[in-house]
Amino acid sequence: MTETHVPLRIYYTVYGALLVLTVVTVGVSLVDLGPLSTVVALAIAAAKASLVILFFMHVRYGPRLIWIFASGGFFWLALLILLTMSDIVSRGWHIIPGR
Amino acid sequence: MADHATAVAHQFDDVDQQREAATLGMWVFLATEVMLFGGLLTVYTVYRYLYARGFAEGSRQLDLWLGSINTVVLITSSLTMAIGVHGAQVGRRRVLVGSLLLTIVLGAIFLSIKGIEYAHKFEEGLVPGIDFTYAGPEAPHVALFILLYFMLTGVHAIHMVIGIGAVSVVAYLGWRGRFGPSYHTPVELVGLYWHFVDIVWIFLLPLLYLLHH
Repeated sequence: MTETHVPLRIYYTVYGALLVLTVVTVGVSLVDLGPLSTVVALAIAAAKASLVILFFMHVRYGPRLIWIFASGGFFWLALLILLTMSDIVSRGWHIIPGR
Repeated sequence: MADHATAVAHQFDDVDQQREAATLGMWVFLATEVMLFGGLLTVYTVYRYLYARGFAEGSRQLDLWLGSINTVVLITSSLTMAIGVHGAQVGRRRVLVGSLLLTIVLGAIFLSIKGIEYAHKFEEGLVPGIDFTYAGPEAPHVALFILLYFMLTGVHAIHMVIGIGAVSVVAYLGWRGRFGPSYHTPVELVGLYWHFVDIVWIFLLPLLYLLHH
């Protein structure tokens, strides 16, 4: 597979989107959305990270193998946090009778 | 060393395969970097779950504006990095070197703003273990948050320093005319590293600065 050259126009568009999303996430943080605040903030961060990974880091144009390796790190991080939190969150649950 | 353009190590079929292998290796390294920050992020997640109010209170001690400005600075440096890689791909040496120098300057601006923030923390007595004068019902958990703030942004700042060093080397080599359309793997790889450090900051902004409530 030969290398793909990403047109500069796409870089400028992605840059604009990243700036807009930054303004949105800071703006939204000033409004009290309760627990939804965290969800929105992380969703926007994930969207920004995806834009950087897909376009600036060329994964969008790369071979399948790069897709897998790029996702791999985040997959293991998700496992680490999810399994750890499943322990932390469930510590207060008294499932075993008598204990 | 124009040889690079045609030289293929014997284990590779062609130049494209060689470049793909290098890119794949860089992604493996970046996966280990995700786990490096991942340990700290897991600690953060656990304590934020346990001490949500203390973390919100801690976040209010940070400077939202400096954090946001730094986000814009770093995103802009990612754009100049991407333009630099493009410059190498199409063989425009001045675009390559100019963009990389801009990237270095933006990285230095980021670190300077970070330094100003750290200095403020010392002035305000918000440095746990050294000078922590914050008093209030949530003080121990605010201290925990500020510690995690220093560790996460500190490890990130170390990556920025390494990134600036790596970009400087590649900019020098580019100025010497080492890169062009047929060979620019080091430019591409240093770009991947730089963008990764940008992504870390994209997550640190909401996790550290945006917890007012």
